[in-house]
Amino acid sequence: MAEPAPEPALRASSLSQAYGESWVLRDVSFELPAGGTLAVIGPNGAGKSTLLQVLATLLRPSSGSVSVLGSELPGSAWKLRGRLGYLGHSPLLYRDLAAAENLRFHARLFGLPAEGAERIADLLERVGLAHRASTRVGEMSAGMVKRLAVCRALLHDPEMLVLDEPLANLDPAGADVVAPLLGPRRGRSRVLVTHDVAAALSGADRVLALTREGSVAFEAPAAEVDPDRARSIYSEESLRGAMA
Amino acid sequence: MNGPSTFSAVATILGKDLRVELRTLQSIPAMVLFSTTIYVIFRFGLDRTQLDGGLATGVLLVTILFAALLAINRLFVAEREQGGFEAIRLAPVDGTALFLAKALALLVYLTILELFAIPVFWLFFLDSGTGLLPMLPVVLLLNGALATTGALISPIATNSTARDLIGPLILLPLLVPPMVAASAAGAKLLLAGGPDYDKYASWLGALGLYDAIFLLIGWAVFDFLLED
Repeated sequence: MAEPAPEPALRASSLSQAYGESWVLRDVSFELPAGGTLAVIGPNGAGKSTLLQVLATLLRPSSGSVSVLGSELPGSAWKLRGRLGYLGHSPLLYRDLAAAENLRFHARLFGLPAEGAERIADLLERVGLAHRASTRVGEMSAGMVKRLAVCRALLHDPEMLVLDEPLANLDPAGADVVAPLLGPRRGRSRVLVTHDVAAALSGADRVLALTREGSVAFEAPAAEVDPDRARSIYSEESLRGAMA
Repeated sequence: MNGPSTFSAVATILGKDLRVELRTLQSIPAMVLFSTTIYVIFRFGLDRTQLDGGLATGVLLVTILFAALLAINRLFVAEREQGGFEAIRLAPVDGTALFLAKALALLVYLTILELFAIPVFWLFFLDSGTGLLPMLPVVLLLNGALATTGALISPIATNSTARDLIGPLILLPLLVPPMVAASAAGAKLLLAGGPDYDKYASWLGALGLYDAIFLLIGWAVFDFLLED
């Protein structure tokens, strides 16, 4: 007897999202197999960050259905608590706490008080912030805060990473340090917003391209996407089309 | 993923809040300064150096109420501006832990305020401090009312564009019943001739019931408030 197909990590069907009267995502559908990486590309205002907030259970979808790691949103969002690592535009760190204090706070919230200390020390070392463990976040540069936010997102070894431009604010050395930590790993699914089309096509299994109106331009395996077609969604014509 | 117990999550969030307050001194010094200023205004505004009964109780309780509003307005600002709401929603903890931690933080702030504000009140306005001892349970139960309603309403206000307006507009009507109960109890405790305990237990009971009701309401609805 054939084994049942594994549950996809992500499945969205006719997902739409509105802020008041303004629709940011329109009828978005896609699927990502477990352990895969979905790259989301699109111009500014296409709704990429909003999509990630929906997938991370931080926003309730206005319409359509969304399933993350087998849990339907928003009804079963509570089942995903502690299973996602979210790295958005806000670092989710307290400015008046030191780097290690912030990570200890999150470790305790995720129920990792004992093993947390070791993991915190290891992560700080790996992102090059071990010597800044006692520095308050408010006194850190944007790049340092980003590296610390990466530690925060990885602290509980999540099953899925939800990454919104994870390398933004990082200099090349910082990006080199952080990229392997956030890279593909057996058993971990990823959804990644990026403006780097080449990186999206080389590092992802599937690509979801959104138009300026928040609808799907295309959704396909990364290997089948023509780079020029992917870049065309950022073109002026695309912008004019959206304004028309 | 197995998260921490609610007790552990409450302790973690409360510890964070107290550490940040100790470091930044954003709420408690402002509350203390505010209470002193209010006393000075009452002293000169009423042109009285001695108060008793309902007037004395009113001055004390209104001062505590408005000082509490300062802390309540700021209670969730860091969670909104620095991502605390999102962090809690991503973690395997019940949102109720945030409500309980914030209510406890408010209780701590109010207790520290009163350690200063009640002796100053005695110094400014009272002939004798005999009524202040039985007044303590009244004030502590009023603190419970301020803490539970404050922790419940503050996130609603914090997430609105008119935070400073919405908070007091919703909160003050909700606080009328405990203020009435506390004033009624206190009016007889701070009489010039010494405390009168008529209906004292009833008013304490009413305050305790109010605290319990708002604790349960917060417990029941706070997780929903955290959603968008």
